[in-house]
Amino acid sequence: MSGTYLGMPAFPEAAREAVGDTTLRGNLRHATHTIRAKRAKAVAEVSDWAELREAGKRIKDHTLRHLDRYLEQLEEAVTAAGGIVHWAADAAEANEIVTQLVKMTGESEVVKVKSMATQEIGLNEALQAEGIRAYETDLAELIVQLGRDRPSHILVPAIHRNRGEIRDIFSREMSEWGRPAPEGLTDTPAELAEAARLHLREKFLRAKVGISGANFMVAETGTLVVVESEGNGRMCLTLPETLISVVGIEKIVPTWRDLEVFLQTLPRSSTAERMNPYTSTWTGTTDGDGPSTFHLVLLDNGRTDTLADEVGRQALRCIRCSACLNVCPVYERAGGHAYGSVYPGPIGAILSPQLRGTGSEIDASLPYASSLCGACYEVCPVAIDIPEVLVHLRERVVEGGEVTREGNKVVLRPAKGHAAERAAMRAARWAFTHPGALRTGQRAASRTRRFHPRTLPGPGRAWSGTRDLPPVPAEPFRDWWQRTHGGKDGAK
Amino acid sequence: MTSRERILGRVRRALADVPRDDMPYEQAVSRDYARKHGDRSVSETVELLAENLADYRAIVHRTEAEGLAGLIAGLLEKRGSASVLVPPGLDEGWLAATGVTRVADRAESTPDELDRVDSVVTACAVAIAETGTIVLDGSPDQGRRRITLVPDHHICVVRVPGQVVSSVPQGLERLDPARPLTWISGPSATSDIELDRVEGVHGPRTLEVILVGGA
Repeated sequence: MSGTYLGMPAFPEAAREAVGDTTLRGNLRHATHTIRAKRAKAVAEVSDWAELREAGKRIKDHTLRHLDRYLEQLEEAVTAAGGIVHWAADAAEANEIVTQLVKMTGESEVVKVKSMATQEIGLNEALQAEGIRAYETDLAELIVQLGRDRPSHILVPAIHRNRGEIRDIFSREMSEWGRPAPEGLTDTPAELAEAARLHLREKFLRAKVGISGANFMVAETGTLVVVESEGNGRMCLTLPETLISVVGIEKIVPTWRDLEVFLQTLPRSSTAERMNPYTSTWTGTTDGDGPSTFHLVLLDNGRTDTLADEVGRQALRCIRCSACLNVCPVYERAGGHAYGSVYPGPIGAILSPQLRGTGSEIDASLPYASSLCGACYEVCPVAIDIPEVLVHLRERVVEGGEVTREGNKVVLRPAKGHAAERAAMRAARWAFTHPGALRTGQRAASRTRRFHPRTLPGPGRAWSGTRDLPPVPAEPFRDWWQRTHGGKDGAK
Repeated sequence: MTSRERILGRVRRALADVPRDDMPYEQAVSRDYARKHGDRSVSETVELLAENLADYRAIVHRTEAEGLAGLIAGLLEKRGSASVLVPPGLDEGWLAATGVTRVADRAESTPDELDRVDSVVTACAVAIAETGTIVLDGSPDQGRRRITLVPDHHICVVRVPGQVVSSVPQGLERLDPARPLTWISGPSATSDIELDRVEGVHGPRTLEVILVGGA
């Protein structure tokens, strides 16, 4: 996965910097709190939320269990409907396929619907290297692109920007890319949306090639689904002559009927709406309506490696709603950039280290970017037990072990930097299996408690730098238990 | 080895630990969720549709069949529209009372030409009450997808109660996946600025829905 931001520091360093940025913290707090309350209300409207969540989980699990079969069925259905299916094992191959497809049209610019998959593979950069300009058309993606910025949220990539900053970016940068921002643009959201409408309209109307992702692909019918709000998706999906969709292989659902679950849970979980303004579905090509050429690029890029992990594979159920980001206390304070991946927040902390492996410093640190409070699991509309996967990945980082990378089984060595943790755990294991030594140690600790330091020395300093050391009681528990006969005498 | 074989091979190896499962799909997933939420009479369902459409800033009108042409003419006039896009199979009577220039929905029209048209009038395939959604399926009375996208003003006629269902599951049942579908819930909007909803980005910024009775 080439979505790694080069030279990205590990999460703790990046987060420390972000937490010091008061504008960023204000922006994130405002946005996440707004959406949290609305989501709770939208979910409370449907009495059968628990059943919908369970069904969504099972549909996705079943699909993943038979992914090979459904991929073949999808390919057959898309082809029968007039589409052309391509397979990309990794980011480089997907970029190569898309670049060649665009070149075959003779065009040097494309319009894009917001898509996590194309962010993940760095498609815009790959196209640019070949002289093809990709215009992002989602409002938040536009803000990120014009601001030469990085996305920080799955649904709203510019969530770290407030309206004043957006106004400044539009006024300064729009003229570089096409139609300039109107004179005297203010920071009211309606005016900013209008500026984006005017700026992008000329690009939509002349576009010959559109590039999208998809929220769902229906295996039995070959139908693709894009869920959106602004209408930029509809523009890119219907006006160009050629449409290229890059979609992760885990986005399949078996049947048309399955959409009845996700079209209820996705909008309420993501934008807290009963239904998002626009949903487009298309099956291959339609004579005289929309693109006459349709390419589907099926993307692996670490997904099959993730599928090979018995605990971690549940991350592939994700429908990219971003409810887990909005509810996460760590995300709210650190922001999306600190995660060093296009997938930030709790889902990013379990997805990125699986898609990319835990080789880099940032990826090895991501499973720790959580307080394990479990709020993410509670709001997840496909019931991904994110804390379970986080703990599983922490174990893998510390202990090493067998994983699958690019389809091959490899054995990971224990990560550096966790020597003290491993030593502490080994010492604890020894102490707890030697009761005499444990008793002696506890008594010694109680008697010397007045001399204990407030912070740990050596490798423990980082741990106690942000935590209080628990005070040692005057008497060890087991001594107290014996002295009071298990508390029985005292109760009388 | 092609990438297709490589990916399919990786999937099969990745699932080597999972026990065999030949259960047919219909039995593999329990669907204990509701087919619809709440019990409503037909007229209450139509009422809910009107309420939810309006909640997401669609402008809702109600009329009987004989008042439809007059209502549409009035809406176009009030809007100041000089031209209106007309899908090939639209009921001719619907535009009988207006003299606004008609622009046919043709394959040859360029997007720029569509951009110069003020309004579009269409029917719909189905309307979903619980979510305030209308669905277009490209039938002759709805036209190509782009004609309801590029003009800034969309008037959509829903025949009530015949075209109205309660829920998303009921809506999907009525739709043909082979057709290109557009689900519309209110005018174009965005939540991209501070996660707050603002109406009016790229799609039609004014959506008027006419619930026409007696069907």
